[in-house]
Amino acid sequence: MVAVTPETGTSGGVDGGSAGLGAQLRADFDAAVAADERVEPRDWMPEEYRASLVRQMAQHAHSEIIGMQPEANWITRAPSLRRKAILMAKVQDEAGHGLYLYSAAETLGTSRDELLDKLHSGKQKYSSIFNYPTLTWADVGAIGWLVDGAAITNQVPICRCSYGPYARAMVRICKEESFHQRQGYELLLALSKGTEAQHAMAQDAVDRWWWPSLMMFGPPDDESVHSAQAMAWRIKRHSNDELRQRFVDIAVPQAESLGLTLPDPDIKWNEERGHYDFGAIDWAEFWDVLKGNGPCNEQRISQRRRAHEEGAWVREAATAYAQKHTGTGREVEA
Amino acid sequence: MSADTATPPAATAAVLALADDALILSHRLGEWAGHAPVLEEEVALANIALDLLGQARVLLSMAGDEDELAFLREERAFRNLQLVEQPNGDFAHTIARQLYFSLYQHELYTELAAGDGPFAPLAAKAVKETAYHRDHAEQWTLRLGDGTEESRRRMRAALDALWKYTGEMFRPVDGLDVDPAALEARWLAALGRVLEQAGLSLPEGPRTGAWAAGAGREGLHTEPFGRLLAEMQHLHRSHPGASW
Repeated sequence: MVAVTPETGTSGGVDGGSAGLGAQLRADFDAAVAADERVEPRDWMPEEYRASLVRQMAQHAHSEIIGMQPEANWITRAPSLRRKAILMAKVQDEAGHGLYLYSAAETLGTSRDELLDKLHSGKQKYSSIFNYPTLTWADVGAIGWLVDGAAITNQVPICRCSYGPYARAMVRICKEESFHQRQGYELLLALSKGTEAQHAMAQDAVDRWWWPSLMMFGPPDDESVHSAQAMAWRIKRHSNDELRQRFVDIAVPQAESLGLTLPDPDIKWNEERGHYDFGAIDWAEFWDVLKGNGPCNEQRISQRRRAHEEGAWVREAATAYAQKHTGTGREVEA
Repeated sequence: MSADTATPPAATAAVLALADDALILSHRLGEWAGHAPVLEEEVALANIALDLLGQARVLLSMAGDEDELAFLREERAFRNLQLVEQPNGDFAHTIARQLYFSLYQHELYTELAAGDGPFAPLAAKAVKETAYHRDHAEQWTLRLGDGTEESRRRMRAALDALWKYTGEMFRPVDGLDVDPAALEARWLAALGRVLEQAGLSLPEGPRTGAWAAGAGREGLHTEPFGRLLAEMQHLHRSHPGASW
Protein backbone atom coordinates (compact mmCIF):
# COMPACT_ATOMS: atom_id res chain seq x y z
CA MET A 1 0.00 0.00 0.00
CA VAL A 2 1.36 3.46 0.93
CA ALA A 3 4.98 3.60 -0.20
CA VAL A 4 7.24 5.50 2.18
CA THR A 5 10.87 5.38 3.17
CA PRO A 6 11.69 2.84 5.86
CA GLU A 7 12.84 5.62 8.21
CA THR A 8 9.46 7.26 8.11
CA GLY A 9 7.83 3.89 8.45
CA THR A 10 9.73 2.85 11.53
CA SER A 11 9.51 6.19 13.29
CA GLY A 12 5.79 5.99 12.80
CA GLY A 13 5.31 9.70 13.38
CA VAL A 14 4.18 12.36 11.00
CA ASP A 15 6.05 15.20 12.64
CA GLY A 16 9.38 14.46 10.98
CA GLY A 17 8.24 15.88 7.67
CA SER A 18 6.19 18.90 6.86
CA ALA A 19 2.62 19.11 8.07
CA GLY A 20 1.46 18.71 4.48
CA LEU A 21 3.33 15.46 4.01
CA GLY A 22 1.90 14.15 7.31
CA ALA A 23 -1.64 14.96 6.28
CA GLN A 24 -1.11 13.35 2.89
CA LEU A 25 0.30 10.16 4.47
CA ARG A 26 -2.62 10.00 6.82
CA ALA A 27 -5.12 10.51 4.02
CA ASP A 28 -3.44 7.81 1.92
CA PHE A 29 -3.43 5.44 4.87
CA ASP A 30 -7.10 6.01 5.62
CA ALA A 31 -8.02 5.53 1.97
CA ALA A 32 -6.00 2.31 1.68
CA VAL A 33 -7.55 0.84 4.84
CA ALA A 34 -11.02 1.85 3.69
CA ALA A 35 -10.34 0.09 0.38
CA ASP A 36 -9.42 -3.09 2.35
CA GLU A 37 -5.77 -2.97 1.34
CA ARG A 38 -3.27 -4.60 3.67
CA VAL A 39 -0.89 -2.51 5.75
CA GLU A 40 2.61 -4.00 5.76
CA PRO A 41 5.42 -3.44 8.29
CA ARG A 42 7.36 -0.88 6.25
CA ASP A 43 4.31 1.14 5.32
CA TRP A 44 3.60 4.41 7.04
CA MET A 45 0.95 4.09 9.73
CA PRO A 46 -0.45 6.41 12.39
CA GLU A 47 1.19 5.98 15.75
CA GLU A 48 -2.16 5.17 17.38
CA TYR A 49 -2.78 2.41 14.83
CA ARG A 50 0.60 0.90 15.63
CA ALA A 51 0.03 1.16 19.37
CA SER A 52 -3.44 -0.31 19.11
CA LEU A 53 -2.13 -3.29 17.11
CA VAL A 54 0.74 -3.89 19.50
CA ARG A 55 -1.70 -3.84 22.40
CA GLN A 56 -4.07 -6.29 20.73
CA MET A 57 -1.44 -8.65 19.33
CA ALA A 58 0.48 -8.71 22.61
CA GLN A 59 -2.67 -9.47 24.53
CA HIS A 60 -3.44 -12.23 22.07
CA ALA A 61 0.09 -13.71 22.32
CA HIS A 62 0.00 -13.49 26.13
CA SER A 63 -3.37 -15.27 26.13
CA GLU A 64 -1.87 -18.13 24.15
CA ILE A 65 0.98 -18.70 26.56
CA ILE A 66 -1.00 -18.14 29.76
CA GLY A 67 -3.73 -20.30 28.24
CA MET A 68 -1.29 -23.22 28.19
CA GLN A 69 -1.44 -23.41 31.98
CA PRO A 70 -5.02 -24.50 32.71
CA GLU A 71 -4.79 -27.27 30.11
CA ALA A 72 -1.23 -28.34 30.92
CA ASN A 73 -2.66 -28.87 34.39
CA TRP A 74 -4.22 -32.08 33.02
CA ILE A 75 -1.49 -33.47 30.75
CA THR A 76 -0.05 -35.68 33.47
CA ARG A 77 -3.49 -36.96 34.46
CA ALA A 78 -5.08 -37.53 31.05
CA PRO A 79 -7.17 -40.70 31.37
CA SER A 80 -6.09 -42.42 28.13
CA LEU A 81 -2.95 -42.30 26.03
CA ARG A 82 -4.91 -41.05 23.03
CA ARG A 83 -6.30 -38.14 25.05
CA LYS A 84 -2.88 -37.44 26.46
CA ALA A 85 -1.37 -37.18 22.97
CA ILE A 86 -4.17 -34.87 21.79
CA LEU A 87 -3.84 -32.62 24.82
CA MET A 88 -0.06 -32.39 24.55
CA ALA A 89 -0.35 -31.49 20.89
CA LYS A 90 -2.93 -28.83 21.69
CA VAL A 91 -0.84 -27.19 24.40
CA GLN A 92 2.13 -27.31 22.02
CA ASP A 93 0.03 -25.56 19.37
CA GLU A 94 -0.67 -22.78 21.84
CA ALA A 95 3.05 -22.23 22.40
CA GLY A 96 3.42 -22.13 18.61
CA HIS A 97 0.62 -19.55 18.34
CA GLY A 98 2.40 -17.45 20.94
CA LEU A 99 5.54 -17.63 18.82
CA TYR A 100 3.77 -16.50 15.60
CA LEU A 101 2.02 -13.68 17.39
CA TYR A 102 5.10 -12.34 19.17
CA SER A 103 6.92 -12.48 15.84
CA ALA A 104 4.08 -10.65 14.11
CA ALA A 105 4.14 -8.01 16.87
CA GLU A 106 7.90 -7.62 16.41
CA THR A 107 7.24 -6.34 12.88
CA LEU A 108 5.82 -3.25 14.58
CA GLY A 109 9.12 -2.40 16.22
CA THR A 110 8.66 -4.05 19.59
CA SER A 111 10.38 -7.19 20.91
CA ARG A 112 9.23 -10.38 22.56
CA ASP A 113 11.30 -9.57 25.66
CA GLU A 114 9.70 -6.17 25.98
CA LEU A 115 6.22 -7.64 25.63
CA LEU A 116 6.94 -10.43 28.13
CA ASP A 117 8.17 -7.85 30.62
CA LYS A 118 4.89 -6.01 30.25
CA LEU A 119 2.96 -9.24 30.81
CA HIS A 120 5.01 -10.07 33.89
CA SER A 121 4.63 -6.59 35.35
CA GLY A 122 0.88 -6.53 34.69
CA LYS A 123 1.08 -3.64 32.20
CA GLN A 124 -0.41 -5.82 29.49
CA LYS A 125 -3.26 -8.24 29.92
CA TYR A 126 -4.26 -11.67 28.71
CA SER A 127 -7.72 -13.07 28.22
CA SER A 128 -9.51 -13.15 31.57
CA ILE A 129 -10.96 -16.58 30.83
CA PHE A 130 -7.68 -18.17 31.85
CA ASN A 131 -8.14 -16.89 35.37
CA TYR A 132 -10.66 -19.67 35.93
CA PRO A 133 -9.41 -23.04 37.20
CA THR A 134 -9.56 -26.44 35.46
CA LEU A 135 -10.97 -28.58 38.24
CA THR A 136 -11.82 -31.80 36.44
CA TRP A 137 -10.88 -33.61 33.24
CA ALA A 138 -14.13 -32.41 31.66
CA ASP A 139 -12.82 -28.84 31.91
CA VAL A 140 -10.34 -29.73 29.16
CA GLY A 141 -13.33 -30.54 26.96
CA ALA A 142 -15.25 -27.42 28.00
CA ILE A 143 -12.25 -25.24 27.21
CA GLY A 144 -11.94 -26.79 23.77
CA TRP A 145 -15.61 -26.59 22.93
CA LEU A 146 -16.57 -23.27 24.52
CA VAL A 147 -13.39 -21.25 25.05
CA ASP A 148 -11.77 -22.21 21.76
CA GLY A 149 -15.17 -21.96 20.10
CA ALA A 150 -15.53 -18.39 21.35
CA ALA A 151 -11.94 -17.63 20.37
CA ILE A 152 -12.56 -18.84 16.82
CA THR A 153 -15.68 -16.70 16.53
CA ASN A 154 -13.55 -13.74 17.59
CA GLN A 155 -10.53 -14.63 15.50
CA VAL A 156 -11.85 -15.71 12.12
CA PRO A 157 -12.62 -12.08 11.20
CA ILE A 158 -9.04 -11.14 12.18
CA CYS A 159 -7.83 -13.21 9.21
CA ARG A 160 -9.08 -10.18 7.22
CA CYS A 161 -7.50 -7.64 9.57
CA SER A 162 -5.91 -4.62 7.86
CA TYR A 163 -2.44 -5.40 9.23
CA GLY A 164 -0.85 -8.05 6.99
CA PRO A 165 1.40 -9.96 9.41
CA TYR A 166 -1.40 -10.28 11.98
CA ALA A 167 -3.92 -11.39 9.36
CA ARG A 168 -1.56 -14.03 7.98
CA ALA A 169 -0.65 -15.38 11.43
CA MET A 170 -4.36 -15.69 12.16
CA VAL A 171 -5.05 -17.83 9.10
CA ARG A 172 -2.83 -20.58 10.43
CA ILE A 173 -3.93 -20.12 14.03
CA CYS A 174 -7.60 -20.41 13.11
CA LYS A 175 -7.05 -23.70 11.32
CA GLU A 176 -5.48 -25.17 14.43
CA GLU A 177 -8.11 -23.63 16.71
CA SER A 178 -10.80 -25.35 14.76
CA PHE A 179 -9.13 -28.70 15.48
CA HIS A 180 -8.95 -27.72 19.16
CA GLN A 181 -12.62 -26.91 19.22
CA ARG A 182 -13.56 -30.24 17.65
CA GLN A 183 -11.43 -32.23 20.08
CA GLY A 184 -13.14 -30.45 22.98
CA TYR A 185 -16.57 -31.23 21.62
CA GLU A 186 -15.62 -34.84 21.01
CA LEU A 187 -14.13 -35.18 24.50
CA LEU A 188 -17.34 -33.86 26.06
CA LEU A 189 -19.45 -36.12 23.85
CA ALA A 190 -17.55 -39.18 25.10
CA LEU A 191 -18.16 -38.07 28.70
CA SER A 192 -21.77 -37.16 28.13
CA LYS A 193 -22.49 -40.57 26.63
CA GLY A 194 -20.30 -42.35 29.19
CA THR A 195 -21.04 -43.36 32.75
CA GLU A 196 -23.29 -41.35 35.03
CA ALA A 197 -20.25 -39.93 36.81
CA GLN A 198 -18.68 -38.90 33.50
CA HIS A 199 -21.89 -37.24 32.33
CA ALA A 200 -22.12 -35.32 35.61
CA MET A 201 -18.50 -34.24 35.22
CA ALA A 202 -19.24 -32.88 31.73
CA GLN A 203 -22.36 -31.03 32.87
CA ASP A 204 -20.52 -29.48 35.81
CA ALA A 205 -17.75 -28.23 33.52
CA VAL A 206 -20.24 -26.67 31.08
CA ASP A 207 -22.06 -25.05 34.01
CA ARG A 208 -18.84 -23.40 35.12
CA TRP A 209 -17.43 -22.40 31.70
CA TRP A 210 -20.53 -21.15 29.86
CA TRP A 211 -20.83 -17.66 31.33
CA PRO A 212 -17.11 -16.87 31.37
CA SER A 213 -17.03 -17.94 27.70
CA LEU A 214 -19.73 -15.40 26.84
CA MET A 215 -17.66 -12.75 28.62
CA MET A 216 -14.73 -13.49 26.29
CA PHE A 217 -16.30 -11.25 23.64
CA GLY A 218 -15.71 -8.29 25.88
CA PRO A 219 -18.08 -5.74 27.38
CA PRO A 220 -21.31 -4.76 25.63
CA ASP A 221 -20.80 -2.51 22.62
CA ASP A 222 -21.80 0.67 24.45
CA GLU A 223 -19.09 0.07 27.09
CA SER A 224 -16.24 -1.10 24.87
CA VAL A 225 -13.53 1.56 24.81
CA HIS A 226 -11.42 0.36 21.90
CA SER A 227 -14.07 -1.01 19.58
CA ALA A 228 -15.07 1.96 17.45
CA GLN A 229 -11.55 2.95 16.42
CA ALA A 230 -10.49 -0.69 15.89
CA MET A 231 -13.45 -1.15 13.57
CA ALA A 232 -12.66 2.01 11.61
CA TRP A 233 -9.12 0.72 11.12
CA ARG A 234 -10.38 -2.68 10.03
CA ILE A 235 -8.49 -4.35 12.86
CA LYS A 236 -11.86 -5.46 14.15
CA ARG A 237 -14.71 -6.33 11.80
CA HIS A 238 -17.72 -7.01 14.03
CA SER A 239 -18.89 -5.64 17.35
CA ASN A 240 -18.59 -7.57 20.62
CA ASP A 241 -22.32 -8.13 20.85
CA GLU A 242 -22.61 -9.33 17.25
CA LEU A 243 -19.89 -11.90 17.80
CA ARG A 244 -21.37 -13.00 21.12
CA GLN A 245 -24.74 -13.58 19.44
CA ARG A 246 -23.09 -15.53 16.65
CA PHE A 247 -21.39 -17.77 19.24
CA VAL A 248 -24.61 -18.39 21.17
CA ASP A 249 -26.42 -19.28 17.96
CA ILE A 250 -23.80 -21.92 17.19
CA ALA A 251 -23.42 -23.26 20.74
CA VAL A 252 -27.07 -23.83 21.61
CA PRO A 253 -27.75 -26.59 19.05
CA GLN A 254 -24.33 -28.11 19.77
CA ALA A 255 -25.20 -28.36 23.47
CA GLU A 256 -28.38 -30.20 22.49
CA SER A 257 -26.39 -32.67 20.38
CA LEU A 258 -24.04 -33.18 23.29
CA GLY A 259 -26.94 -33.97 25.60
CA LEU A 260 -25.83 -31.21 27.98
CA THR A 261 -27.75 -28.24 29.34
CA LEU A 262 -26.51 -24.67 29.14
CA PRO A 263 -26.92 -22.99 32.54
CA ASP A 264 -29.26 -20.25 31.33
CA PRO A 265 -33.04 -20.73 31.62
CA ASP A 266 -33.61 -17.71 29.37
CA ILE A 267 -32.14 -19.28 26.26
CA LYS A 268 -34.86 -19.61 23.64
CA TRP A 269 -35.19 -19.21 19.90
CA ASN A 270 -36.52 -15.80 18.83
CA GLU A 271 -38.28 -16.26 15.52
CA GLU A 272 -38.53 -12.55 14.89
CA ARG A 273 -34.82 -11.84 15.39
CA GLY A 274 -33.69 -15.11 13.85
CA HIS A 275 -31.39 -15.61 16.85
CA TYR A 276 -31.40 -17.23 20.27
CA ASP A 277 -32.23 -14.91 23.15
CA PHE A 278 -30.14 -15.42 26.24
CA GLY A 279 -30.01 -14.18 29.83
CA ALA A 280 -28.17 -11.23 31.33
CA ILE A 281 -24.43 -11.56 31.81
CA ASP A 282 -23.02 -10.77 35.24
CA TRP A 283 -20.69 -7.97 34.20
CA ALA A 284 -19.70 -7.30 37.80
CA GLU A 285 -17.92 -10.67 37.76
CA PHE A 286 -16.24 -9.82 34.45
CA TRP A 287 -14.82 -6.54 35.73
CA ASP A 288 -13.82 -8.10 39.02
CA VAL A 289 -11.83 -10.91 37.35
CA LEU A 290 -10.32 -8.39 34.95
CA LYS A 291 -9.17 -6.28 37.88
CA GLY A 292 -7.23 -9.24 39.23
CA ASN A 293 -9.74 -10.84 41.59
CA GLY A 294 -10.45 -14.04 39.65
CA PRO A 295 -9.72 -17.44 41.15
CA CYS A 296 -6.36 -17.87 39.38
CA ASN A 297 -5.01 -14.43 38.41
CA GLU A 298 -2.21 -14.57 40.93
CA GLN A 299 -1.39 -18.22 40.26
CA ARG A 300 -1.18 -17.80 36.48
CA ILE A 301 1.08 -14.78 36.49
CA SER A 302 3.26 -16.18 39.27
CA GLN A 303 3.86 -19.38 37.34
CA ARG A 304 4.71 -17.39 34.22
CA ARG A 305 7.14 -15.17 36.12
CA ARG A 306 8.70 -18.14 37.86
CA ALA A 307 9.25 -20.02 34.58
CA HIS A 308 10.81 -16.90 33.10
CA GLU A 309 13.05 -16.22 36.09
CA GLU A 310 14.12 -19.83 36.50
CA GLY A 311 14.90 -19.95 32.79
CA ALA A 312 17.04 -16.81 32.83
CA TRP A 313 20.32 -18.71 33.19
CA VAL A 314 19.39 -20.93 30.23
CA ARG A 315 18.68 -17.95 27.97
CA GLU A 316 21.90 -16.27 29.14
CA ALA A 317 23.86 -19.42 28.32
CA ALA A 318 22.36 -19.59 24.82
CA THR A 319 23.21 -15.93 24.22
CA ALA A 320 26.76 -16.33 25.55
CA TYR A 321 27.28 -19.38 23.36
CA ALA A 322 25.97 -17.59 20.28
CA GLN A 323 28.28 -14.66 20.92
CA LYS A 324 31.31 -16.92 21.34
CA HIS A 325 30.55 -18.89 18.23
CA THR A 326 29.33 -16.25 15.85
CA GLY A 327 32.09 -13.95 17.04
CA THR A 328 31.96 -10.57 15.40
CA GLY A 329 29.43 -11.73 12.83
CA ARG A 330 26.57 -10.03 14.60
CA GLU A 331 28.39 -6.73 14.83
CA VAL A 332 29.18 -6.81 11.15
CA GLU A 333 25.53 -7.36 10.37
CA ALA A 334 24.47 -4.53 12.64
CA MET B 1 -1.19 -60.86 29.24
CA SER B 2 -2.59 -59.87 32.58
CA ALA B 3 -1.90 -56.27 33.52
CA ASP B 4 -0.29 -57.07 36.84
CA THR B 5 2.09 -59.79 35.70
CA ALA B 6 5.39 -59.22 37.44
CA THR B 7 7.56 -61.40 35.23
CA PRO B 8 6.48 -61.15 31.60
CA PRO B 9 7.54 -63.70 28.93
CA ALA B 10 10.74 -62.89 27.06
CA ALA B 11 9.12 -61.34 23.98
CA THR B 12 6.97 -59.12 26.15
CA ALA B 13 9.90 -58.15 28.35
CA ALA B 14 11.60 -56.44 25.42
CA VAL B 15 8.40 -54.74 24.27
CA LEU B 16 7.70 -53.42 27.74
CA ALA B 17 11.27 -52.25 28.23
CA LEU B 18 11.14 -50.10 25.09
CA ALA B 19 7.52 -49.05 25.62
CA ASP B 20 7.92 -48.04 29.24
CA ASP B 21 11.08 -46.02 28.56
CA ALA B 22 9.18 -44.00 25.98
CA LEU B 23 5.99 -43.73 28.03
CA ILE B 24 7.65 -42.56 31.21
CA LEU B 25 10.11 -40.14 29.63
CA SER B 26 7.26 -38.67 27.61
CA HIS B 27 5.35 -38.14 30.85
CA ARG B 28 8.29 -36.39 32.48
CA LEU B 29 8.74 -34.11 29.47
CA GLY B 30 5.02 -33.37 29.55
CA GLU B 31 5.53 -31.92 33.02
CA TRP B 32 7.53 -29.10 31.42
CA ALA B 33 4.47 -27.70 29.64
CA GLY B 34 4.05 -24.11 30.77
CA HIS B 35 7.36 -24.11 32.65
CA ALA B 36 10.03 -24.07 29.91
CA PRO B 37 12.78 -21.42 29.96
CA VAL B 38 11.88 -20.08 26.53
CA LEU B 39 8.90 -20.44 24.21
CA GLU B 40 10.85 -22.37 21.56
CA GLU B 41 11.57 -25.02 24.20
CA GLU B 42 7.87 -25.34 25.03
CA VAL B 43 7.47 -26.44 21.43
CA ALA B 44 10.61 -28.60 21.29
CA LEU B 45 10.06 -30.50 24.55
CA ALA B 46 6.42 -31.14 23.66
CA ASN B 47 7.55 -32.37 20.27
CA ILE B 48 9.89 -34.91 21.81
CA ALA B 49 7.28 -35.93 24.37
CA LEU B 50 4.78 -36.53 21.57
CA ASP B 51 7.23 -38.61 19.55
CA LEU B 52 7.94 -40.76 22.57
CA LEU B 53 4.28 -41.14 23.41
CA GLY B 54 3.64 -42.24 19.83
CA GLN B 55 6.38 -44.87 20.11
CA ALA B 56 5.03 -46.04 23.46
CA ARG B 57 1.53 -46.49 22.06
CA VAL B 58 2.72 -48.62 19.14
CA LEU B 59 4.86 -50.74 21.44
CA LEU B 60 2.26 -51.18 24.16
CA SER B 61 -0.25 -52.26 21.54
CA MET B 62 2.17 -55.03 20.57
CA ALA B 63 1.87 -56.35 24.13
CA GLY B 64 -1.83 -55.78 24.81
CA ASP B 65 -4.26 -52.92 25.41
CA GLU B 66 -2.28 -49.67 25.61
CA ASP B 67 -4.42 -48.06 28.28
CA GLU B 68 -4.68 -51.16 30.42
CA LEU B 69 -0.90 -51.48 30.35
CA ALA B 70 -0.25 -47.81 31.02
CA PHE B 71 -2.87 -47.15 33.66
CA LEU B 72 -3.52 -50.43 35.44
CA ARG B 73 -0.09 -51.92 36.01
CA GLU B 74 1.47 -51.58 39.42
CA GLU B 75 4.85 -49.97 39.87
CA ARG B 76 6.72 -53.29 40.10
CA ALA B 77 5.41 -54.35 36.67
CA PHE B 78 6.96 -51.37 34.84
CA ARG B 79 10.18 -52.17 32.96
CA ASN B 80 11.54 -48.71 32.20
CA LEU B 81 15.05 -47.60 33.04
CA GLN B 82 15.40 -45.75 36.31
CA LEU B 83 17.02 -42.97 34.30
CA VAL B 84 13.81 -41.93 32.53
CA GLU B 85 11.73 -41.77 35.70
CA GLN B 86 14.10 -39.31 37.40
CA PRO B 87 12.42 -35.97 38.15
CA ASN B 88 12.99 -33.13 35.70
CA GLY B 89 15.15 -31.07 38.06
CA ASP B 90 16.44 -27.90 36.44
CA PHE B 91 16.77 -27.56 32.67
CA ALA B 92 20.32 -28.95 32.84
CA HIS B 93 19.06 -32.15 34.50
CA THR B 94 16.43 -32.55 31.83
CA ILE B 95 19.01 -32.04 29.10
CA ALA B 96 21.49 -34.43 30.70
CA ARG B 97 18.74 -37.06 30.95
CA GLN B 98 17.82 -36.40 27.31
CA LEU B 99 21.43 -36.62 26.22
CA TYR B 100 22.08 -39.94 27.94
CA PHE B 101 18.80 -41.44 26.82
CA SER B 102 18.51 -40.14 23.27
CA LEU B 103 22.06 -41.23 22.41
CA TYR B 104 21.18 -44.67 23.71
CA GLN B 105 17.81 -44.82 22.02
CA HIS B 106 19.19 -43.55 18.72
CA GLU B 107 21.99 -46.11 18.66
CA LEU B 108 19.58 -48.85 19.72
CA TYR B 109 16.90 -48.02 17.14
CA THR B 110 19.48 -47.63 14.40
CA GLU B 111 20.55 -51.19 15.07
CA LEU B 112 17.00 -52.52 15.38
CA ALA B 113 15.95 -50.75 12.18
CA ALA B 114 18.76 -52.48 10.28
CA GLY B 115 17.66 -55.93 11.48
CA ASP B 116 14.60 -57.98 10.59
CA GLY B 117 13.23 -58.55 14.08
CA PRO B 118 9.78 -57.57 15.38
CA PHE B 119 10.94 -54.04 16.19
CA ALA B 120 12.35 -53.21 12.76
CA PRO B 121 9.24 -51.42 11.38
CA LEU B 122 8.82 -49.26 14.47
CA ALA B 123 12.54 -48.59 14.72
CA ALA B 124 12.72 -47.47 11.09
CA LYS B 125 10.27 -44.68 11.84
CA ALA B 126 11.50 -43.94 15.35
CA VAL B 127 15.12 -43.58 14.30
CA LYS B 128 14.25 -40.37 12.46
CA GLU B 129 12.61 -39.01 15.57
CA THR B 130 15.45 -40.05 17.85
CA ALA B 131 17.95 -38.39 15.53
CA TYR B 132 16.16 -35.11 16.23
CA HIS B 133 15.96 -35.79 19.98
CA ARG B 134 19.67 -36.48 19.98
CA ASP B 135 20.46 -33.33 18.06
CA HIS B 136 18.30 -31.27 20.41
CA ALA B 137 20.09 -32.68 23.47
CA GLU B 138 23.52 -32.25 21.89
CA GLN B 139 22.85 -28.66 20.86
CA TRP B 140 21.77 -27.76 24.37
CA THR B 141 24.70 -29.62 25.92
CA LEU B 142 27.02 -27.43 23.84
CA ARG B 143 25.18 -24.27 24.85
CA LEU B 144 25.06 -25.11 28.54
CA GLY B 145 28.60 -26.51 28.66
CA ASP B 146 30.08 -23.66 26.69
CA GLY B 147 27.70 -20.87 27.73
CA THR B 148 28.13 -19.12 31.07
CA GLU B 149 29.93 -20.19 34.21
CA GLU B 150 26.61 -20.93 35.84
CA SER B 151 25.29 -23.03 32.96
CA ARG B 152 28.51 -25.01 32.90
CA ARG B 153 28.33 -25.66 36.64
CA ARG B 154 24.70 -26.77 36.39
CA MET B 155 25.33 -28.99 33.37
CA ARG B 156 28.27 -30.67 35.07
CA ALA B 157 26.24 -31.27 38.23
CA ALA B 158 23.40 -32.77 36.19
CA LEU B 159 25.66 -35.06 34.20
CA ASP B 160 27.26 -36.26 37.44
CA ALA B 161 23.96 -36.78 39.23
CA LEU B 162 22.45 -38.94 36.50
CA TRP B 163 25.59 -40.84 35.57
CA LYS B 164 24.90 -43.70 37.95
CA TYR B 165 21.67 -44.51 36.08
CA THR B 166 23.36 -45.01 32.72
CA GLY B 167 24.90 -48.44 33.25
CA GLU B 168 21.47 -50.03 33.26
CA MET B 169 20.94 -49.19 29.60
CA PHE B 170 23.50 -51.80 28.61
CA ARG B 171 22.21 -54.77 30.55
CA PRO B 172 20.91 -57.50 28.25
CA VAL B 173 17.13 -57.56 27.82
CA ASP B 174 15.36 -60.82 26.96
CA GLY B 175 14.02 -60.65 23.43
CA LEU B 176 16.06 -57.62 22.41
CA ASP B 177 18.43 -58.74 19.71
CA VAL B 178 21.34 -56.34 20.17
CA ASP B 179 24.88 -56.65 21.43
CA PRO B 180 24.88 -54.57 24.64
CA ALA B 181 28.67 -54.27 24.80
CA ALA B 182 28.92 -52.90 21.27
CA LEU B 183 26.00 -50.57 21.93
CA GLU B 184 27.71 -49.28 25.05
CA ALA B 185 30.97 -48.69 23.20
CA ARG B 186 29.20 -46.61 20.53
CA TRP B 187 27.26 -44.73 23.20
CA LEU B 188 30.39 -43.89 25.17
CA ALA B 189 32.23 -42.75 22.06
CA ALA B 190 29.37 -40.51 20.94
CA LEU B 191 28.88 -39.08 24.41
CA GLY B 192 32.60 -38.44 24.77
CA ARG B 193 32.64 -36.46 21.52
CA VAL B 194 29.74 -34.21 22.52
CA LEU B 195 31.06 -33.57 25.99
CA GLU B 196 34.50 -32.77 24.69
CA GLN B 197 33.09 -30.28 22.21
CA ALA B 198 31.10 -28.71 25.06
CA GLY B 199 34.25 -28.38 27.13
CA LEU B 200 32.97 -31.01 29.54
CA SER B 201 34.28 -34.46 30.34
CA LEU B 202 32.77 -37.85 31.05
CA PRO B 203 31.67 -37.99 34.68
CA GLU B 204 33.69 -40.16 36.99
CA GLY B 205 32.22 -42.69 39.35
CA PRO B 206 30.48 -45.99 38.95
CA ARG B 207 27.72 -46.45 36.39
CA THR B 208 26.30 -49.48 38.03
CA GLY B 209 25.68 -50.36 41.62
CA ALA B 210 24.14 -53.26 43.44
CA TRP B 211 20.83 -51.42 43.36
CA ALA B 212 20.94 -49.57 40.05
CA ALA B 213 22.28 -52.32 37.80
CA GLY B 214 19.38 -53.44 35.66
CA ALA B 215 16.94 -52.58 38.39
CA GLY B 216 14.28 -50.73 36.40
CA ARG B 217 14.23 -53.49 33.82
CA GLU B 218 13.49 -55.88 36.66
CA GLY B 219 10.71 -53.73 38.08
CA LEU B 220 12.66 -52.06 40.86
CA HIS B 221 12.24 -48.30 40.70
CA THR B 222 13.15 -45.18 42.62
CA GLU B 223 10.82 -43.37 45.02
CA PRO B 224 9.76 -40.58 42.66
CA PHE B 225 8.34 -43.18 40.27
CA GLY B 226 5.52 -44.15 42.60
CA ARG B 227 4.31 -40.56 42.72
CA LEU B 228 4.58 -40.26 38.96
CA LEU B 229 2.32 -43.30 38.56
CA ALA B 230 -0.09 -42.09 41.22
CA GLU B 231 -0.62 -38.91 39.24
CA MET B 232 -0.69 -40.59 35.84
CA GLN B 233 -3.07 -43.40 36.80
CA HIS B 234 -5.39 -41.73 39.29
CA LEU B 235 -8.16 -40.52 36.98
CA HIS B 236 -8.23 -43.65 34.83
CA ARG B 237 -8.40 -45.88 37.91
CA SER B 238 -11.11 -43.74 39.52
CA HIS B 239 -13.58 -44.73 36.80
CA PRO B 240 -13.17 -48.48 36.29
CA GLY B 241 -14.32 -49.64 32.88
CA ALA B 242 -15.13 -46.15 31.61
CA SER B 243 -14.29 -45.05 28.06
CA TRP B 244 -12.67 -41.70 27.44
